[in-house]
Amino acid sequence: MTSVDGPVLPKLIGERVKRREDPRLIQGQATYVDDIKLPGMLHLAFKRSDIAHGVIKSIDTSAAAAIEGVELVITGAELAEHLGPMPIGTPFPAPDHFSVATDKVRYVGEPVAVVVAEDRYIARDAADAIEVEYDELPAVVDPEAAMEAGSATLHEGFERNIAVESYWGGTGVNPETAQPEDDSAVDAAFAEADVVVSQRMMNQRLAPNAMEPRGVVAHYEPGREYLTVWSATQNPHILRTLVAAMMGLGEHQVRAVAPEVGGGFGCKINIYGEEYTAAALSRLVKAPVKWIEDRTEAFLTTTHGRDLLGYIDLAAKSDGTITGLKARIIADIGAYEVLLTAMIPTLTGLMMNGVYRLPVVRHELTEVFTNKTPTDAYRGAGRPEGLYFLERAVDMVARELDMDPAEVRRKNFVPADEFPFATQGGLVYDSGNYEPCLDKALEVADWQGMLAERDAARAEGRIVGVGLSFYVEVCGLGPSAVVPTGGWEHSGVTVERGGKVTATTGASPHGQGNETTFAQMLADHFSIPFEDITILHGDTGVVKQGIGTFGSRSQAVGGAALISAAGKAGDKMKQFAAAMMTDQEVSPEDLVFEDGRIQVEGAPEVSKTFAEVADFAYVPVPLPAGMEPGVSEESFFEPENNTYPFGCHISMVEVDRETGETKLLKLIAVDDCGNVINPLIVEGQVHGGLAQGIGQAMFEEVVYDEDGQPVTASFMDYVMPRAADLPVFELDRTVTPTPINPLGAKGVGEAGTIGSTPCVINAAVDALAPFGVTHIEMPLRPERMWRLINEGGQS
Amino acid sequence: MIPTAFEYRRAGSVAEALSLLQEGGPEAKLLAGGHSLIPMMKQRLAEPGLLIDIGGLDELRGIQETDGEIAIGAAMTHAEIAASDLLREQAPIVAETAAAIGDAQVRSRGTIGGSLAHADPGADLPAVMVALDATIALLGPNGERKVQAEDFFQDILTVDLGEDEIVTGVCFQACRSAAYAKLEQRASKFALVGVAAALTLDGGTCSSARVAVTGASSHAQRLSGVEGALAGASLPDGAASASAGAGDALDFVNEDLHGSEEYRRAMTAVFARRAIEAAAGRG
Repeated sequence: MTSVDGPVLPKLIGERVKRREDPRLIQGQATYVDDIKLPGMLHLAFKRSDIAHGVIKSIDTSAAAAIEGVELVITGAELAEHLGPMPIGTPFPAPDHFSVATDKVRYVGEPVAVVVAEDRYIARDAADAIEVEYDELPAVVDPEAAMEAGSATLHEGFERNIAVESYWGGTGVNPETAQPEDDSAVDAAFAEADVVVSQRMMNQRLAPNAMEPRGVVAHYEPGREYLTVWSATQNPHILRTLVAAMMGLGEHQVRAVAPEVGGGFGCKINIYGEEYTAAALSRLVKAPVKWIEDRTEAFLTTTHGRDLLGYIDLAAKSDGTITGLKARIIADIGAYEVLLTAMIPTLTGLMMNGVYRLPVVRHELTEVFTNKTPTDAYRGAGRPEGLYFLERAVDMVARELDMDPAEVRRKNFVPADEFPFATQGGLVYDSGNYEPCLDKALEVADWQGMLAERDAARAEGRIVGVGLSFYVEVCGLGPSAVVPTGGWEHSGVTVERGGKVTATTGASPHGQGNETTFAQMLADHFSIPFEDITILHGDTGVVKQGIGTFGSRSQAVGGAALISAAGKAGDKMKQFAAAMMTDQEVSPEDLVFEDGRIQVEGAPEVSKTFAEVADFAYVPVPLPAGMEPGVSEESFFEPENNTYPFGCHISMVEVDRETGETKLLKLIAVDDCGNVINPLIVEGQVHGGLAQGIGQAMFEEVVYDEDGQPVTASFMDYVMPRAADLPVFELDRTVTPTPINPLGAKGVGEAGTIGSTPCVINAAVDALAPFGVTHIEMPLRPERMWRLINEGGQS
Repeated sequence: MIPTAFEYRRAGSVAEALSLLQEGGPEAKLLAGGHSLIPMMKQRLAEPGLLIDIGGLDELRGIQETDGEIAIGAAMTHAEIAASDLLREQAPIVAETAAAIGDAQVRSRGTIGGSLAHADPGADLPAVMVALDATIALLGPNGERKVQAEDFFQDILTVDLGEDEIVTGVCFQACRSAAYAKLEQRASKFALVGVAAALTLDGGTCSSARVAVTGASSHAQRLSGVEGALAGASLPDGAASASAGAGDALDFVNEDLHGSEEYRRAMTAVFARRAIEAAAGRG
């Protein structure tokens, strides 16, 4: 028997492999949009409205145009001759929205004119030199007041500022029906309930604050009628589709590149007016143009998140059994509908089923225009809002009945044997097993110990509270039936000469670590070294097709496409290997990948190295019958459903009696995202998500004054969570694989954001419960807490 | 985030800086750490035509003690002050306050002279300097001028400093029984309310005290009612009653998203008590 040399390659799936992206990111060796410099490149600056609502009377660009180095000054009305209204990605009616305002401004920061100049400084000077006169209109800032007769309106044809109204309810209803159905069962449930809790709750407006602001470089080459756009986007393929349409080009004439992208959190899904404007102006001035957003612009013009007001009623029996839910939700969507604006709040109602058997539900949603920055996806996108409303209400039921909040939840869980589980809203939860997750969280946290610790602290006069939440969320967006761009993902796998592998993915990671996790998957699949694999993404000139990264879909959908393409490439490698071993009468079906070899299973001596086979594939002499040279395969993966990860978060807070300052003492998160490729990356995602969810609960809020002027437009007033504000998180997992994709992975990008917010607020309410406090609005500003301690009641 | 065009000159000496300042007139601004000025320039809230960099001047550097008097050069950074063994031993309030300013980046670049000259209503060091009865040294075309800290801070962003003068340093008597306590504005890390207390202790009794507040009002100022109540008070027990009315005595109180007037008045009393207790604990 021949011995076989070579290393034994460890399996990498499930291992804590360090992110291969990080060295370049932390050593300044990555290329972001602002690092791209093209010969002859000009720079854009936008003149933006400094009022919230008004009609543009006149724009005087003469002083700006006279500045040396200014190439072009163009108003919104003039630009509209080159660019039509922007497309949206939802089926809802929407008012026209131009990249640059043409006749009216509707929020502070909306662009009214653009300068093209030799450098960024001249461009900004010229933008400042543009004089705009407005007829100011009353600002609409309160969404409830906005719906009253007599309120100023933002858009013609949208009476009372209402953008979307939807209603569904009863038992087993159709969410697409806008008309009330027979939902008398809801009223009956509430009439018969032993306890009803009712609460008005605000899910405040947030600024996504990606570390890298937005930016775009557009280069239209008239000679070859071809446009290249580099943009800090989460989805270059969607950018290509939409920019092509706006420019009157075909997709074959546009290449979109997302180079290194410094975070998105949902705000870089939308394709913005600045991106269309850059493309149009590059064609107009016949030069590449660049625009880099500054932080002030990011606060004013990058889409905001959340801003949902909920009137929530929950009915229960005296034993804690939940018998019905009523939710009336008002979404303040800001001044316009952008790509997914109108869809996000619809997810809130759909996900408000939570992890419970809810016999009856009534859901009313109104989306309202106001003179604020448009809203769109922000990490969690609809689910944090719904789960916050629900998990606050469930906690209120527990408090009303003097029950342990964990036990109320346990009592109402969808049992493990009822999956797949159809909710009232028409979703089908793929898989779930909630009770072990709850038990593990209670155990990791030592829930009983925490309660005793709280009581002991209270006996010393300290103000301490504990809180718990249990969430389910929706990940792995698709399928195509519910995603207007298509809900599939695409991947290509090429085995190169020498046995190296290049793979492409239509997912567009901007912090998710897919270069690492996807390489782990391919290393195991082909049994080759991790270092021999490169994952390419973010360039429509390289990645043939794709959708992008949002809705925690990279692994569940993108990873599934990758493994499918790898399967095809592997099959072809085995065929070539078998052809190279004809004298040994090997058939491809007998072969496996093992430690860098393609071998007969259990017989390493009957083998070829992966590299030998790859080399043969490109010089196949003789070419095996029926085969083409080379190994480069691709796959589209269309998920049949979403995935529904879940988890339990527990926290402990202490409030300073004198100042109202809240300190988060503990946070325990037990999440179940199905099978895990890389625990280190999953934990990193959970950490970041927790920080953002805690940020919403404790610190962050976009505030406008009564004139629609933003008062939190810098980091001097907008409070971001800092590392020192956070405790050492205690994380654990349960594993309930999904049947929806071959990996069994569900997705984890947004989980931390969803569970932590209600968990922290539940703890804060528990802390102040001895003062008669029943609800606290977010964020936990010290003065708000101080007033509650001194005055009791609600905030 | 894009400033208007400006000229940049690095002064080789304080004398050169003074003459550049005269040449430049109202267009000229001094630059040391730049942590107040540059953000304002980026937002075009300040548009100086000439920046005179004095940040690296040796003449403005150093921390010395002579016969119980401590002098700090204007260009010393908050990080350097926080790390000074001399200050930690002889005036720990100064080192601790500097350590609690902003974040590491701000402390590494921001200077004591810049902080005092800019006089942000929420800046920490002005209250400490007032409580320590520090003297602020200024140099102008007519020579040196010394101003007591409590007279230097006049109103919001307004100090007794001519357009042609430079803050060269501060000096104060060594004092161990002094402490600073602040409620942070969580976004900016400036003081929503910060109180500095410097006590003269005779055993457990306070014979005299200087107490100053920042953040609550337009500028750092003494809380004379608290000082009066502390004279003869036994500490730490007397701290609460001495500081109870601290906030109510303020003429003008700031109000914003982060704290109403009522809250800031209440917090002035809380942080006065905390500062006094901490200072007494050092006795």
